Amino acid sequence: MANSNEASAGTLVEDWSGDKETFRVHWGKAMMWIFLLSDTFIFTSFLTSYMHVRMSTAEPWPNASEVFALTMFGQSIPLILIAIMTFVLITSSGTMALAVNYGYRRDRKKTATLLVITALLGATFVGMQAFEWSKLIAEGVRPWGNPMGAAQFGSCFFMITGFHGGHVTGGVIYLAYVATGVINGRYEEKGYDIVEICGLYWHFVDLVWVFIFAFFYLW
Amino acid sequence: MSDAAEGQQHPLGIYYAIWILLFVLSIFSYMVDYYQFQGYMRWTLILVFMMLKAGFIVAIFMHMAWERMALITAILLPPLLLLVLVALMAIEGDYTFLARVLFFGADPNAVPLSPVHH
Repeated sequence: MANSNEASAGTLVEDWSGDKETFRVHWGKAMMWIFLLSDTFIFTSFLTSYMHVRMSTAEPWPNASEVFALTMFGQSIPLILIAIMTFVLITSSGTMALAVNYGYRRDRKKTATLLVITALLGATFVGMQAFEWSKLIAEGVRPWGNPMGAAQFGSCFFMITGFHGGHVTGGVIYLAYVATGVINGRYEEKGYDIVEICGLYWHFVDLVWVFIFAFFYLW
Repeated sequence: MSDAAEGQQHPLGIYYAIWILLFVLSIFSYMVDYYQFQGYMRWTLILVFMMLKAGFIVAIFMHMAWERMALITAILLPPLLLLVLVALMAIEGDYTFLARVLFFGADPNAVPLSPVHH
């Protein structure tokens, strides 16, 4: 029994310290997954603290459906901007998935084009978020209070969407860097794993938005 | 280096299928708010659409479905611990709310004011 334990512990150490890649995937991919795992804990901490203040406050919580409504074509449509932002981000995830695929096929032109489209959609998302922020600020929403109800609404909103928007902005820069690399043929020898690694980050940003959309905007 | 041996290679069709599916699921979750479903119905629908979307993104777009079990468990099991944190904070939040209503005279049925859009 003790022997088999030692053997398995030995294998584990050898797997991590040996001159080979752990999990038998590109080392950068394993590291990106571990980074995303830590990021999951950060975002969950934010969302959990939001849940906690929202459940514990006796002040009425502002109605997201009304707060994020926009007047279009003469009538008020609930959450419409957020819905459009969601579709923009999903579309960018789709183009990213295609870019990864064309990268491994070594179709540099298509990979670069799809990466640039993904980055542009990401920038569009950030632009729409900036619009949403300035609209809310103009209506008197602050991290310490707002005209509708519970003061915690503002702090949760700016903290969570701000941190997510920061991730999207970082992702756009990352995508632009990888796209230039693809155009210049920087990955012809190294292989196109970097496009997939970059894609993991981008899909994660979309993934976080799925949870923010459900818990912040739909609750 | 032969191209066939490199990285994750899947037919493009699967990405298009998931892409469309994510669109449809997003429309569904938007409809939950648009048609103002309330109570348990609202929460069931929100959570089901959310988990489906998250699952498809991780499994297909992030290729988790084709990874080795060692990587899958190393990445997907630790976040389950967070459910403990969520449960603890939910109990604590509930208690604080109750204390504010019972001992500090807060009104549990107060209604938020409507925002004034410019």
